[in-house]
Amino acid sequence: MSDIKSMDAAEKVEIALDINGRVHRVRVEPRKTLVDVIRDDCGQTGTHIGCEHGVCGACTVLLDGEPVRSCLMFAVQVQGRKIRTVEGLQRGDDLHPMQQAFMDHHALQCGFCTPGFLMLAVGVLEKRPDISDEEMLEVLSSNLCRCTGYQNIIKAVRAAANAMRTAG
Amino acid sequence: MKPARFSYHLPATVDEAVALLAKLAPDDGRIIAGGQSLVPTMAFRMAQPPHLIDINGIAELNRIDVEGDIVRIGAGVRHAAFEAAGAVPGVTGVWLGQVVRHIAHYPIRTRGTFCGSVANADPASEWCCVVAALDGRVVAESASGTRRIAAADYFEGVMATSRRDDELVTAVELPLLPDGTRCGFAEFSRRPGDFAIAMAMTAYRLVDDLIVEARIAIGGAEPFPRRIAEAEAALNGQPPTAAVFAEVAAIAAAAVDPMEDSNNTADYRRSLVRAMTLRALEAAA
Repeated sequence: MSDIKSMDAAEKVEIALDINGRVHRVRVEPRKTLVDVIRDDCGQTGTHIGCEHGVCGACTVLLDGEPVRSCLMFAVQVQGRKIRTVEGLQRGDDLHPMQQAFMDHHALQCGFCTPGFLMLAVGVLEKRPDISDEEMLEVLSSNLCRCTGYQNIIKAVRAAANAMRTAG
Repeated sequence: MKPARFSYHLPATVDEAVALLAKLAPDDGRIIAGGQSLVPTMAFRMAQPPHLIDINGIAELNRIDVEGDIVRIGAGVRHAAFEAAGAVPGVTGVWLGQVVRHIAHYPIRTRGTFCGSVANADPASEWCCVVAALDGRVVAESASGTRRIAAADYFEGVMATSRRDDELVTAVELPLLPDGTRCGFAEFSRRPGDFAIAMAMTAYRLVDDLIVEARIAIGGAEPFPRRIAEAEAALNGQPPTAAVFAEVAAIAAAAVDPMEDSNNTADYRRSLVRAMTLRALEAAA
């Protein structure tokens, strides 16, 4: 019922990526990972690239609301899907409750892992606002931070979870 | 690193996918589903497939169907699907819901697939151990037809199976355990989300306070997961007591031929098999 879509290795193909509600039309090779296209081709450099093989979580973005590693997908795979990155958290001049909580609880030092942690925690709490503390700790073990020792990240996420529940 | 160049193909049906695979498999064309194992190996350039056939556009594969006492898990079903209560009915569903929490981390589970894990056949795959424990069947489709491969005939070695390169794993079929079956699972890894060094899955029923229909499968220790017949035979007919569990765990440990690597000696893995079997039996009791 449909034509098989094939894209040649050496050719750039035009794709449309919906990032934070804005559609970016870019020409990319099929081999380009989602995170590389988000940063290099769409200019949204808030999402960071760490290990490039799915271990560190720095590149975590939301794909149709679910946290995913954007280094473990190709940009050609996500056409028609909604991507949310750290640039989409703020509302006007107001930080997202998770961003505010990270500041209030000193949950970042160098800041490299922060966009990934923010998207991971926001993605999970939007779907499961009443997630247990134990399960949230398991979720946060997905991403690596080399500065904070994690305790302040855990405090910030707990505080933001309360703030997000109150805000309804 | 960045993956090497590949041509990208997006079929909309299984027929289209297997036709592409028939054409491209001889040229090392590969299927991509969740990509959570394949893409890292491409980033390291350990895999450089010239063609990727993406099955994420095939809607019919995104289903879990129950027919009688068989659950059929389609190739598009993500790990995270099993975290929802009732995704698979009965005691089997509760068991899978416990097992899934040990698979990598949440953002990997939202993307990686059950069937992809079974196709990849990593020795430490929890789903492969489930398929072995339950005597599941792998549904392999190609341009020349469909095969249902029993678990005992499927796994052949470390990431090696009897699936042909031109075959697409479209589903895995698992028999549902009868009501009242007691199920246990235990695995050891050094950090949450790491590959398991050893794991054990156990299931049995009690009739007149004695164990029947014992299943004990070990994963992560040998090149592929398998049921341990000696341990199952020792468990059947016995009461579920600490002394019986300890004896059966020792038999399981003696029956395996563990792999060695730079961090884990065979003896260490063997002692883990004993500990995990014991914990799985205790969890099931």
